[in-house]
Amino acid sequence: MKEITYRDALREALVEEMQRDETVFILGEDVGRYWGGAFKVTKGLAEEFGDERVRDTPISESAIVGAAVGAAITGMRPIVEIMFGDLTTLAMDQIVNQAAKIHYMFGGQASVPLVIRTPFGGGVNIAAHHSQSLEAWFMHVPGLLVAAPSTPYDAKGLLKTAIRNNNPVFFCEHKLLYPFKGSIPEEDYTIPFGSARVVREGEDITIVATMFMVHEALSAADTLKKEGLSAEVLDPRTLVPLDKEALVASVKKTGRAVIVSEGCKTAGVTAEIAAVIAEEAIDYLDAPLVRVAEPDTPIPFSPPLEKAVIPNKDTIIKAVRNIA
Amino acid sequence: MDDEGNGNLGNPILDRSRLIELHEKMLTIRVFEERVFELYGQNLVPGTIHLYAGEEAVAVGVCSHLLDDDYIVSTHRGHGHCIAKGARLDRTMAEILGRKDGYCQGKGGSMHIADFSKGMLGATAVVGAGIPIATGAGLSIKLRGTKQVAACFFGDGASNQGTFHEGINLAAIWRLPVLFICENNLYAMGTRQSQAMIVPDIAERARAYGIPGILVKGNDVLEVFKAAKEAVERARGGNGPTLVECKTYRRMGHSRMDPAAYRPRAEVDEWLRNDPIRRSKDELLRMGISDAELAKIEARVSDAVNTAAEFALNSPFPDSKEAFEGVYGQEGT
Ligand SMILES: Cc1ncc(C[n+]2csc(CCOP(=O)(O)OP(=O)(O)O)c2C)c(N)n1
Ligand SMILES: [Mg+2]
Repeated sequence: MKEITYRDALREALVEEMQRDETVFILGEDVGRYWGGAFKVTKGLAEEFGDERVRDTPISESAIVGAAVGAAITGMRPIVEIMFGDLTTLAMDQIVNQAAKIHYMFGGQASVPLVIRTPFGGGVNIAAHHSQSLEAWFMHVPGLLVAAPSTPYDAKGLLKTAIRNNNPVFFCEHKLLYPFKGSIPEEDYTIPFGSARVVREGEDITIVATMFMVHEALSAADTLKKEGLSAEVLDPRTLVPLDKEALVASVKKTGRAVIVSEGCKTAGVTAEIAAVIAEEAIDYLDAPLVRVAEPDTPIPFSPPLEKAVIPNKDTIIKAVRNIA
Repeated sequence: MDDEGNGNLGNPILDRSRLIELHEKMLTIRVFEERVFELYGQNLVPGTIHLYAGEEAVAVGVCSHLLDDDYIVSTHRGHGHCIAKGARLDRTMAEILGRKDGYCQGKGGSMHIADFSKGMLGATAVVGAGIPIATGAGLSIKLRGTKQVAACFFGDGASNQGTFHEGINLAAIWRLPVLFICENNLYAMGTRQSQAMIVPDIAERARAYGIPGILVKGNDVLEVFKAAKEAVERARGGNGPTLVECKTYRRMGHSRMDPAAYRPRAEVDEWLRNDPIRRSKDELLRMGISDAELAKIEARVSDAVNTAAEFALNSPFPDSKEAFEGVYGQEGT
């Protein structure tokens, strides 16, 4: 095992898969030698693999994703970096109507082995155009797979799976997680999609959390432990497919669930997870489900305002206390 | 010696008092940006900043033709646009610091300042998103039958977005009173313009839309002034949009944390020598302005920025409950 940041774990996955398969290449704005990606995930890759395989693009999100779709259906395995998750909106047609539908609509003649990596999340005071968490939008599109790693280990393992998968994968990253450290094995490994991880075992309540919120949930669980409440923390790791069995198994054990995710509450990630639990495990619930998410507002700039809308350890603890 | 025999040499584009106004405005932006940079270093500016220092001649040269009810649409690098359009320094600074007295009560920040009372329709941080919005403001002007114009600022990088094509084409076919002002500072983050497009001049693209394209030295406020004058006259006269490309350069990195190592030293040195404020000052000196007059301008600017910073620093942070307010406006008309 070795200690590594989330950023470096992602980079290792990119490097290893590019070494393994010549058809894998990267394209995106400032991913190349002059910048190495806005969050430095692709730093050094142009030097290692050349500018042909690590392609800087103009600021043209729609064309970037469109070109990746075109390359993917003709024998290549492109990995797109969109600099901020908010800006995937500019490529929505290519993602939603093209990439996601080609395999089905053309009767299985082509597959679309495409990965779109992008960072979501708030917490750094860069306001409404750079702080959203739009994971739920992509969960709503049949044909897309959606990964959402919260640790370096998951980041590397899931990205490798994403690159090897023949379907378009929307790969969510989180700005606050890039410098976050964790341990990963030295040897090659992948993580299958649709397998949640019990991050911490507990008896009294299940906290389902995604991405950065996993870490907030863990600190909440620490505090609750001191008060004698044992919380289980479950990270779905991929949102599509969602590991329903793991959700149900945990709720069966604890009888209570709080669901935490960034992104707006209405029709958000927490809504889908709550619906799954309600449909499949309602008989095991001893209390109503509680969701912790952003209120339905844009993300404001000023620190006290931003802090007020993003869930954190304290809001999670409060939610837990409501039902346990 | 000019006609009055007082040592003033004339300038065919601008008279001396007007050039002094423009010079003072540019200097105000420069000193304001230097103060923002300083405050950022003291951890008083949340988030990130994209400074306009070095590009002042563009906003000032264009906005000097605009009236209060004319519109502008701005970008992530927008502080200079606000100031040039007449926004107050104090409320602009307060917004950048995330304070309650900021133009957007702290909800917008550096990348999203707006002052609708001065026709400043806001800054979008989505590169290229402002272009069709300016087209829409032009459409509204046409439908309402007023003599206003709309000016849209955007970068070289933005001109590779689909919105550039769609927005300008629409303004062209409807002959809308819009100025498309491309601030070509040669880089979009670390990407050189020549890496991102084949044509050397973005102004050339105007031909594809059947509208005039003007290429100017963007660090020469007189040139910008002259080109903008022509474009504003065309727009007010009902003769449609103009694309004006201003070649310029940012004095610093893309954002606060960027050392801009991708720019060759010789290029940086050349552009820094070609500073817009130095040029306007040289021109004023040529016209015979005295050192005492220049010093007076500098003192006025410095006072104004000091007052603004003090105001902003004394403004409270907004109350956290305000985060939940204002998602929707009042219902009904
Ligand atoms: C649609 C979109 N893509 C990418 C970004 C990230 N980004 C912010 S500024 C910038 C460069 C913009 O370059 P340019 O338009 O030339 O303006 P400049 O910063 O040089 O003034 C990029 C890529 C963004 N904000 N919006
Ligand atoms: Mg630029």
